[in-house]
Amino acid sequence: MSAARRAGLGLCGLFGFLVLIELLPRTGLVPSAYFPPTSRIAVALWDQVLQGSFWSALGDTLIAWGLGLLIAVAGGVVAGVLLALVPWLRRFTASTVEFLRPIPSVALIPLAVLLYGTQIGSTLLLVVYAAFWQVLVQVLYGVGDIDPVAEETARSYRLGTWARIRYLLWPTGLPYLMTGIRLAAAVALILAITAELVIGAPGLGVRIAVAQSSQAVPQMYALIAVTGLLGLGINLGARAAERRLLSWHQSVRGEAVV
Amino acid sequence: MGRVMRRILVNVMWALTLPALLIAAWWLVSDDSTSIYSPPLRTILRTFGPTWDGDRLTHDVVPSLLRLTAGYLLAAVAGIGLGLLVGLHAQLRATLEPVLEFLRALPPPVLVPIIMLFAGIGDTMKLIVIASGCLWPVLLNTVEGVRAVDQVMIETARSYRLPAPARLRHLVLPAASPQIFAGLRQALSIGIILMVISEMFAASNGLGFAIVDFQRSFAIPEMWSGILLLGLLGFVLSMLFQLVERRALAWYHGLRASRRAS
Repeated sequence: MSAARRAGLGLCGLFGFLVLIELLPRTGLVPSAYFPPTSRIAVALWDQVLQGSFWSALGDTLIAWGLGLLIAVAGGVVAGVLLALVPWLRRFTASTVEFLRPIPSVALIPLAVLLYGTQIGSTLLLVVYAAFWQVLVQVLYGVGDIDPVAEETARSYRLGTWARIRYLLWPTGLPYLMTGIRLAAAVALILAITAELVIGAPGLGVRIAVAQSSQAVPQMYALIAVTGLLGLGINLGARAAERRLLSWHQSVRGEAVV
Repeated sequence: MGRVMRRILVNVMWALTLPALLIAAWWLVSDDSTSIYSPPLRTILRTFGPTWDGDRLTHDVVPSLLRLTAGYLLAAVAGIGLGLLVGLHAQLRATLEPVLEFLRALPPPVLVPIIMLFAGIGDTMKLIVIASGCLWPVLLNTVEGVRAVDQVMIETARSYRLPAPARLRHLVLPAASPQIFAGLRQALSIGIILMVISEMFAASNGLGFAIVDFQRSFAIPEMWSGILLLGLLGFVLSMLFQLVERRALAWYHGLRASRRAS
């Protein structure tokens, strides 16, 4: 299938989806009190866009997301490289990592409330905890993937620690790191919105909660659509960054041919 | 025999030393803590037993787990089924891709207020929330997995005139299963998040409800014991999942190991 045809079909699908949401409540198949038609959601969205408080809420969400992701990535990379360079350390911490990783970060919600209340700290705690493991685990996978021949060659040439990081660890680990960042970015958004929705930390989540409790249903749908677009933008941006940064790598070059 | 035993012993030592050290450090540092937010570990562990007794297990833990199981299984069946359908039809896939990408990008917790509108705050709401959050990772990973099935094998199966159900059962499903399991793993952690969130938002029972209730009434040691229980639950579920995955994908891991060795 050609790219143009694919794009055309995709647009048709998107258009059909919007028409479906418009028609279902209009024809009375679903109650319009609960499912407002597309046009009313669009009007509500336009309303939001004109308000300054919408943009500051969006800014709050993005700051909490970005800052949390940054801390998680920095921490994950430093911890991962450290564990990679010191073999006994990795063995020493393996069981602890395996235990801490699956702990759902929402379990920390009550703790975050007690520590930070409705401040941005609550959001950061959840975001960093959830995103850190995604990065760390991918970095560890990446380090485990180092070619033994390359490793031995580096040893024979007596490369120092920095040279080993630069020429051995970095090129092998980068694709894994990018995967980790992509996954972490998506998880970080989920947790940022969750913290705002449940705890009341500033951001889009709070606006959704307020719209819900004041029965402003179209506004609620509009805000939820914004979070979806945000998530979509993050996914697409992360994939584009991955392709750019890894344009030399086999996985990307291989994809380009198909 | 002695050498094997010693090796196992050494491995266990490696695995247990750091957790033991961390717990000991927590115990010692918090032991004379007077802060209400971080009570001594001794107190937390002492409240753990009485807090999560039989009554609470049947009222809070079991309903939570039932909702999670039901929602997750529903999403798994629907996700794999729809994923096969979409993955096998190129036109359908191209048409639905942007919409599916958008729905997947929607942070699942925002589904809670929407679904509360028409399903109220009962068990149905929680079940739908969990199922509709877990659906997308399973669905999209199944589509990816089906798309990546070896074209030569598909054509071979066609030339041998394998009927469609047999083709699905013996070729497409096994070939896509590693990717499907990747989706199921993502869905599991989303499911746990949604289980807790939906109960924190609006509920009269459940694990998430109990923990928030403790926090609101400043029953801090009980709250900590709840956090520990939730952490333990996440760990046990992920272990169970790994067990199932290792059994179901034994052939795949074996294949990869032998390819790597050669």
